[in-house]
Amino acid sequence: MSEIETHTIAVVVDNEPGVLARVIGLFSGRGYNIESLTVSEIDEEQSISRITVVTSGTPMVIEQIKAQLERLVPVHYVSDLTLEGSHVERELALIKVRNSGGNRVEALRIADTFRARTLDSTLESFVFEVTGSVKKIDAFIDLMQALGETEVCRTGVVAIMRGEKVASTN
Amino acid sequence: MTTAEKTQTAKTPETAPKTAPKTAPKTATETAPDMTAPATQQMTGAEMVLKALADQDVEVVFGYPGGAVLPIYDALFKQNQVRHVLVRHEQGAVHSAEGYARSCGKVGVVLVTSGPGATNAVTGLTDALMDSIPVVCLTGQVPTHLIGNDAFQEADTTGITRPCTKHNYLVKRIEDLPRVMHEAFIVASTGRPGPVVVDLPKDILFAVGAYVGPEQIKMKSYRPQVEPVPDAIDQAVELLRHAKRPIIYSGGGVINAGPHASELLTKLVRTTGFPCTNTLMGLGAMPASDPHFLGMLGMHGTYEANLAMYNCDVMLNVGARFDDRVTGNLKEFSPNSKKIHIDIDPSSINKNVKVDLPIVADAGNALQAILDRWNHKKCAPDGAALSAWWKQIDAWKAKKCLSFDQQGDVIKPQYAIQRLYELTKDRDDVFITTEVGQHQMWAAQHFHFEKPNRWMTSGGLGTMGYGLPAAIGVQMAHRDALVIDIAGEASILMNIQEMSTAVQYRLPVKVFILNNQWMGMVRQWQELIHGGRYSESYTEALPDFVKLAEGFHGVGLRATNVNELDDVILKMIETDAPVIADICVDEKENCFPMIPSGAPHYQMLLGPDDQADKPQSEEGMVLV
Ligand SMILES: Cc1cc2nc3c(=O)[nH]c(=O)nc-3n(C[C@H](O)[C@H](O)[C@H](O)COP(=O)(O)OP(=O)(O)OC[C@H]3O[C@@H](n4cnc5c(N)ncnc54)[C@H](O)[C@@H]3O)c2cc1C
Ligand SMILES: Cc1ncc(C[n+]2csc(CCOP(=O)(O)OP(=O)(O)O)c2C)c(N)n1
Repeated sequence: MSEIETHTIAVVVDNEPGVLARVIGLFSGRGYNIESLTVSEIDEEQSISRITVVTSGTPMVIEQIKAQLERLVPVHYVSDLTLEGSHVERELALIKVRNSGGNRVEALRIADTFRARTLDSTLESFVFEVTGSVKKIDAFIDLMQALGETEVCRTGVVAIMRGEKVASTN
Repeated sequence: MTTAEKTQTAKTPETAPKTAPKTAPKTATETAPDMTAPATQQMTGAEMVLKALADQDVEVVFGYPGGAVLPIYDALFKQNQVRHVLVRHEQGAVHSAEGYARSCGKVGVVLVTSGPGATNAVTGLTDALMDSIPVVCLTGQVPTHLIGNDAFQEADTTGITRPCTKHNYLVKRIEDLPRVMHEAFIVASTGRPGPVVVDLPKDILFAVGAYVGPEQIKMKSYRPQVEPVPDAIDQAVELLRHAKRPIIYSGGGVINAGPHASELLTKLVRTTGFPCTNTLMGLGAMPASDPHFLGMLGMHGTYEANLAMYNCDVMLNVGARFDDRVTGNLKEFSPNSKKIHIDIDPSSINKNVKVDLPIVADAGNALQAILDRWNHKKCAPDGAALSAWWKQIDAWKAKKCLSFDQQGDVIKPQYAIQRLYELTKDRDDVFITTEVGQHQMWAAQHFHFEKPNRWMTSGGLGTMGYGLPAAIGVQMAHRDALVIDIAGEASILMNIQEMSTAVQYRLPVKVFILNNQWMGMVRQWQELIHGGRYSESYTEALPDFVKLAEGFHGVGLRATNVNELDDVILKMIETDAPVIADICVDEKENCFPMIPSGAPHYQMLLGPDDQADKPQSEEGMVLV
């Protein structure tokens, strides 16, 4: 059995009804993993969306996933950022923490070191916004959980290649 | 589109298939859509559907009406170009369209109503997806403003059919309708062919808009790769010319690529002198009478084909997908070979079996490129090694793995097929469809095909009930040909109602039932892996098939012993009407050779004696 690898894959699609269902249906129907999935329109005029999906599997499965995605009719192209070289990945999270006393001070101090922004505060709670790698956000959430009752909302990963090359649908 | 045009459009998938200029319908009424009008003409959605079908050169639609598609039926009534065949069940419509498509290379077209019409079509669509058959299925839908309200006969057709189509569309604006209609044909017929659903809300069919012709369609995404990379062709030729124990393993993709690809395959085999085996879906691509042909491979394939696959050192796979029925135990599949895989669909490559040299291309183009390269470099095979290899293969052949023992009065099923073949082989055009089970495998083993597109069977999904409606589709494409559905008595009952269709349209299809009273294939597996506990595999109270045929206003025949067989076959062939021939065969016969599920190629059961002393592995038992 080969090693399980985690890959970040960008899928550029026509933003037509049902396209997300097609992509998700493909993952569930064929038993592939989705660790994270984000989607948003990136070109309103041409109605094109970009899906970033983080998935895991053996190299053969990852190759299958890309080939299967590529053959969906509304897909323009699929790019495996993990394979293609160095890229940046970011995720955004909103974290509400409910606490009091020293824990509040500590939360603020940690937020500061993580460069998190305070979006909302009451006498008993904060809402922080934090961006960064998945690991950084995991770490931040872990710390906040130690400091009170938390509610978490994460966007999932978005990713793009480093360097001057610009990918386009044309 | 003809097959030749199909290959052409496959090269330029981003543009719509070119169609020949249309002539006006002969007896157009005043309200008829004018098929010769300029492309920007205003018309209703229903008229657009018919115009688009005509522009796509559709001759026949297999369908069944209902409320949601009445406007299309109305438009159909007012024109003369597109014919309609009224089936008796929507599943039958899709199989008919598949049979039509597979036998003539054009897209098969289906028209069904919303809700139950669409859900009844699902099995057929899945079948077409698994076997890569080009089908466009038009489904009615409730009006757009009612979608999502649980309206009468509403079903989420695009949701239901998403996993069983190559692509599907819900048309919500009249402006999109002509484009979607043409795209459906492009998607269905190019790249790896498959079924496409176009879901048509009723209000869109009444709406008026501007029609757009196929030549104006340009798809934004979707560009199948049909030309091979030259470098890969070079590497393939290098591997092939140095091969000592080569095998060419070809599949349905060669049939999909059009008759020319089969000619090229045959040419390559004869040029190189390599042995060639076909999958169930690929039968006919290589003439069965050619001495290089080893027969079918896989679970019920020949001993020589499977052992050649196991022992080869270079394997050239052309348009086959390493299906589990072919590979057997993956861990032990052809362990010492370099594998070259030509496939138009990158997702077929490295899915089950890791290959050494992938070639993404249309099979015809890739075979042409390999032949050109081979001839250009004046290649010759390794003669000494090749003749040693053939000597080995001939030794395997000498086992005569397909032999059977026709003794006494009781008809052996294999013998019935052998006689059917012998008594029809001199005819120009014979088309065989099948149902699913032992009879299907015996047909694959004992009926021999010299040309592609003559063999229609449900391989990937294994759909009982496929054969009769498929035969109807084939007969629609080839009115004067002899079309025979080789059936089992259980399978035929799954779509027997289509006899009524055959009678209505005077389609003289022949249903040749190998009647063993059992779901033979199920019984065989129960014998092999469930200790002979024949749970629910015997059919009590079968109908009298002769009377059944007569009840449908067809002709019924029966053979109960060997002496009657030839007469019944000849009578069946001569009869210019739908026939059911009930051939009562040996109830206990099993289909050999057989590689039990999960076993490697070298563990074949060659006959009933083998079966006893080879216990099944646990791992194999869970496999289907
Ligand atoms: C009861 C039963 C028993 C069976 N036993 C056997 C058996 O013993 N042996 C056997 O072989 N099968 C058997 N089958 C059938 C089996 O299940 C598969 O359907 C079959 O093996 C698949 O055939 P294939 O590999 O040719 O692929 P197909 O399903 O025909 O697929 C075609 C492949 O070619 C590619 N392709 C399509 N168009 C092109 C093109 N233009 N150019 C290049 N590539 C193209 C496609 O992408 C695909 O990968 C059995 C089925 C049943 C129901
Ligand atoms: C729709 C459907 N249901 C169930 C099966 C499972 N199945 C495969 S073969 C078979 C028995 C077929 O019996 P028959 O048509 O009499 O053919 P025989 O094997 O006897 O030749 C069954 C039930 C199937 N392939 N398709």
